[in-house]
Amino acid sequence: MKFKVIVTLKNGVLDPQGKAIQQTLNGMSFSNIEEIRQGKFFEITVNENNEAKAKEQVDEMCKKLLANLVIEDYKII
Amino acid sequence: MKSSVIIFPGSNCDRDMDVALKKFGFKNTMVWHNDLSIPKSDLIVLPGGFSYGDYLRCGSIASKSKIIKSVIDFANSGGLVLGICNGFQILTETGLLPGILQQNKYLNFICKNVFVKIKNKKNKYFKGIKKDILELHIAHNEGNFFCTKNELKILEDNDQIAVTYCNSEGLENEENNPNGAIKNIAGIFNKNNNVLGMMPHPERMIDQYLSGEDGSLFFENLLGNLR
Repeated sequence: MKFKVIVTLKNGVLDPQGKAIQQTLNGMSFSNIEEIRQGKFFEITVNENNEAKAKEQVDEMCKKLLANLVIEDYKII
Repeated sequence: MKSSVIIFPGSNCDRDMDVALKKFGFKNTMVWHNDLSIPKSDLIVLPGGFSYGDYLRCGSIASKSKIIKSVIDFANSGGLVLGICNGFQILTETGLLPGILQQNKYLNFICKNVFVKIKNKKNKYFKGIKKDILELHIAHNEGNFFCTKNELKILEDNDQIAVTYCNSEGLENEENNPNGAIKNIAGIFNKNNNVLGMMPHPERMIDQYLSGEDGSLFFENLLGNLR
């Protein structure tokens, strides 16, 4: 069973990389960008047929390792 | 006094730390990350470097390594655990220390001498140290300390802030904050003051000809407090 996980910085947490990317794009004449926030993307294949159970596992992976909840949020899709 | 330095794949200040500890009289043992136990020690050091290539987040993989359970148990039983640079990042990822070290505010790798002010001397690390401001070396890309408002209040209320970036006179302001760390924080303690994480490297300041000797002051003082 495949899951996709997106980890992003929480609102209000400074994202200097996102800002640098935005400034570069601005310099490339994409002048109408309001904001860019950079995040991380994971594809996780779990050997498990029960979807609810697998999702629960992925949720635990996010909490324990993939995201640092002090500054990051995650979404399982 | 006995110390142990944990080596992770990618650690690169482990040997400097070994040299520093031995120079001031510690009997030091190097411990590999895949080991399950640590020899009897009065001090455990998590050294600087790039453990596991800094994959995912700095210190995150090391914080789940085999040896780390022994480090956490040792810290929870009151043992002294010192994390320098990447070691500090590992300590926050294990949860032994609050907050996280984010990428430096201006996206640059910083490698230079800085001054830090000692904020709390009621502990084994700084008790009786003769100076209030130390000149130490920093070398990091992720040293921008961040925590929630609530965590910051707890740190301040419990006197858990160990050292802050300042100038040679002790002025702590934006200008003397190299990486954007909240409240100029360069190092913090846990609640019981037995776990210390800090970005500056005292082990790089132990030679009067090569660097300066404020690191010597730190190690001599620490050893004296342990005796």
